[in-house]
Amino acid sequence: MTQSNAPTRRGMLFKLGLLFNAAAGMVLAVPIVRYLLSPLIRERKPGYESWVSLGPLEQFPQGQTRLASFRNPTTNVTDGETAKVPCWVRNVDGQKLQVFAINCAHLGCPVRWFPQSGLFMCPCHGGVYYADGSRASGPPERGLFQYRYKVEQGNLLILAGEMPTTGSPTARLINMAVRRPPCV
Amino acid sequence: MRVIKKLGEWFEQRIQLAGPVRETLEHQVPRRSASWAYVFGSAALTVFCLQLFTGILLALLYVPSAGEAWNTLQNLNHHVTMGWFIRALHGWGSNFMVAIVLIHMAQVFLFGAYKFPRELTWIVGVILLLLTLGMAFTGQVLRFDQDAYWGLGIGASISSRVPLLGPWIVKLLLGGPIIGGATLSRFFALHVFVIPGSLIAFVGLHLLLVLKLGINEWPMPGRIVRRATYIQQYHELTSEDGVPFVPNAIRKDLVFSGLVLLSIAACASFFGPFGPSGQPDPTIIQTLPRPDYPFLWLYAVLSLLPPSLETPVLLIGPVIVLAVLFTLPFFAGEGEKSWRRRPIAVLAILLVAVGLGRFTHLAGYAPWSPVMDAWSGDSIPANYLKGRTALERQGALVFQAKQCHNCHALGGIGGQRGPALDRVAVRLTQNQLIRQVIQGGGNMPAFGKNLSPAETTALVAFLKTLHPSGQMPAQDASSTISLEAHP
Repeated sequence: MTQSNAPTRRGMLFKLGLLFNAAAGMVLAVPIVRYLLSPLIRERKPGYESWVSLGPLEQFPQGQTRLASFRNPTTNVTDGETAKVPCWVRNVDGQKLQVFAINCAHLGCPVRWFPQSGLFMCPCHGGVYYADGSRASGPPERGLFQYRYKVEQGNLLILAGEMPTTGSPTARLINMAVRRPPCV
Repeated sequence: MRVIKKLGEWFEQRIQLAGPVRETLEHQVPRRSASWAYVFGSAALTVFCLQLFTGILLALLYVPSAGEAWNTLQNLNHHVTMGWFIRALHGWGSNFMVAIVLIHMAQVFLFGAYKFPRELTWIVGVILLLLTLGMAFTGQVLRFDQDAYWGLGIGASISSRVPLLGPWIVKLLLGGPIIGGATLSRFFALHVFVIPGSLIAFVGLHLLLVLKLGINEWPMPGRIVRRATYIQQYHELTSEDGVPFVPNAIRKDLVFSGLVLLSIAACASFFGPFGPSGQPDPTIIQTLPRPDYPFLWLYAVLSLLPPSLETPVLLIGPVIVLAVLFTLPFFAGEGEKSWRRRPIAVLAILLVAVGLGRFTHLAGYAPWSPVMDAWSGDSIPANYLKGRTALERQGALVFQAKQCHNCHALGGIGGQRGPALDRVAVRLTQNQLIRQVIQGGGNMPAFGKNLSPAETTALVAFLKTLHPSGQMPAQDASSTISLEAHP
């Protein structure tokens, strides 16, 4: 008699215990998952990109392409030197500028500018670009990524904050920026 | 002596493991499996233990901060007593571990050990291979130098090509929008907690399976594996012609493991630690990022694939390879084990080995990369300039000044991105040379915008001298014929 009753009560307690732990697991899972996804949550609000200054426009003489660098607008206390981001600034004719990402559009290695031949060359897989950033040869499928820029009070500002990669929102934004007139 | 025996008895009364341990150590293995071909699994385990130990030693001083990591490695290399040696042991241990795991895998595959009933042992082994490669990549990141920084950029660029999820994967991989402190911290957590923890768990499972199912017998041609009869046959083999694992089989394991440890120590003391190369300052762009040995083949593949095939191969290739590896024991779970009767298996191993070896060798000198300083550092061989006209020598100057040398070799010096130009005048006529220089084509950029007519004339005059002395430069036959026809 008692044998048929006792297992049920114990079974109930066992099931209750399982349920209790499952509930606790779910309560804990929400903050843990949010913690793990924090780089994505941060991206939605307030976002990574903002306008950063590359310094006075006089640093970039007409007809030349020069290396510039800026501190990434969002940084981490332990970033050290990696908070710095380089980019290439091309002053086309004194009016129009182009600001290219340092990262090769192929797989992100740093491209180098050769003013004598007017080419950007990549040391990794051999990508080459013309002075205007368009693809010249090698494995890249597109031209160099470009930052949107504006000039305010004689300073050159670019919209930056994310490492430009193929398929990233930055890359799409940059593509749009190329087609639209730059907001000078 | 009596004290030790008493102590032993005191512990045994409480732990009660002596029986099972002795049983495990002395379990019967097929006589022929006590072979030199079966030593790689235990050697991989030995190197893994070395990696755990040296890894903990390095963690005593390493700081996983993007601002400090490189400095702590310099400190280990130059100031801490024997710091360089512990780093070298860990770095060479990593290379040895990848190599031994691959050899172990090839041996297991060739000896048919993945067949029934050891399917799960193989699958766990594939997971262990992936974890080992994961350790190699995350370890390269912890050596936070220029190679690590730009290697992360390559990893992020590859991840970004995943359809739809790409940008999210990049941010989760980097821990933020750029490579920085958060990136290094999460790779530290992976390299030190997540992957080693998984490795220990899966190594344990792998060993348990080997003990439960028995070590693979030496494959004999004609001895066919069948699910219905295999286990009985194996038990007959071990009971009739078996030897205890300790000491009969473990002797060779011990000797080989010791040899491997000595080799690692020898490499570490002769060749020293790996890097770190330049400090991870992204604004220092005078850098030639290269991956570590285990990923050199991938570097070559990424350089040699046609652009349009790259993304599909990168995204679909790993899925196919993993699917083949994980399902192999299910579509080839029975049948012949001996490699003498499995020519396709032998060919597959040869193909993979030759492929990986060739790609790794190519990546050693990277003919697809322009030599970034050839134009200013590598001279044109003197005999290419001797007795030339002023115009031709001026052309040689243009050749250097316009960075032609970065991609084209002369006398074996310079880049190999484009063809060597030692005999270019035999291949192309003057008009073809002018067209090629100005318009480019065939993977060569067009130089028209950056060459004045005078420079082009001089350059082509120089290129026209590049032919063997006994061989005439190429000429447009049609022009001479038409001139003869209409004088």
